[in-house]
Amino acid sequence: MAKTASAFAVGLLFGLGLLVSGMADPAKVLAFLDVTGRWDPSLAFVMAGAVAVSATGYLVARRRGRPLLASRLEIPNRRDLDPRLIAGAAVFGLGWGLAGLCPGPALTLLTVAPAQAVTFVVAMVIGMLAFRLLPAAAPKPAVQGADA
Amino acid sequence: MDGFTPVSALAGGALIGTSAALFLLLNGRIAGISGILGGLLTPPSRETGWRAAFVAGLVLAPFAYAGLGGSLPPVTVDASFPLLAVAGLLVGFGSRLGAGCTSGHGVCGIGRGSPRSVVATGTFMAVAILTVLVVRHLVGA
Repeated sequence: MAKTASAFAVGLLFGLGLLVSGMADPAKVLAFLDVTGRWDPSLAFVMAGAVAVSATGYLVARRRGRPLLASRLEIPNRRDLDPRLIAGAAVFGLGWGLAGLCPGPALTLLTVAPAQAVTFVVAMVIGMLAFRLLPAAAPKPAVQGADA
Repeated sequence: MDGFTPVSALAGGALIGTSAALFLLLNGRIAGISGILGGLLTPPSRETGWRAAFVAGLVLAPFAYAGLGGSLPPVTVDASFPLLAVAGLLVGFGSRLGAGCTSGHGVCGIGRGSPRSVVATGTFMAVAILTVLVVRHLVGA
């Protein structure tokens, strides 16, 4: 129960961050990606702020060892660079560059721009389901279901 | 629309980072949206509850934003519906194949110095930039 409540609060905070930062605005995302046009570097500041705080949190979590509400940290520990990682990231980048939407902002926009966000999210879920039709990758992730 | 907003960007980024840090400290989990959503598409398990709660938080964030007194920032979706559908398919499939998206690889993965996440983020940034270059400046769409 506590785990569920904290996940809700954390999701809410994440969505607030997306809205405050401008990351939830596809036009702003595309302006950031448009480096040869009227480039808006704002989202580099989103990344910088987010990475700095998350890195600090990671160091603290590693030092503490056990999380407050769970028995252990579930952190992906794969370090190999396999073709799936690169191909997946490339396919993801193509989709991200076409619409300016990635999974978090798309979910946060469901009530803000419903028609567009629902279209994108339904397609995204279909894409995720299509991935499950692929044969399992080898080697398997060391921590089941804990991919980034 | 294309105004440079470093202060709100940094503040919002810090909120996103705080969220990722709290999730690790409390639940011991990586705040990777595609992984959390993808996990909801598997048969129900003990993990279903928190995953659904996290997604619900993301979806309801605009109400919290308004409740805290903010007027929602402008949101402009220029992509047509067919393009949104294609982009959604690619983002969904690609994020699962590549085991992460902007949050899991870009924020959490880089934050913990994961070489896989650094490479994945470099790859999707480069491809996204190239895509915008082609669509906006070469095709002229």
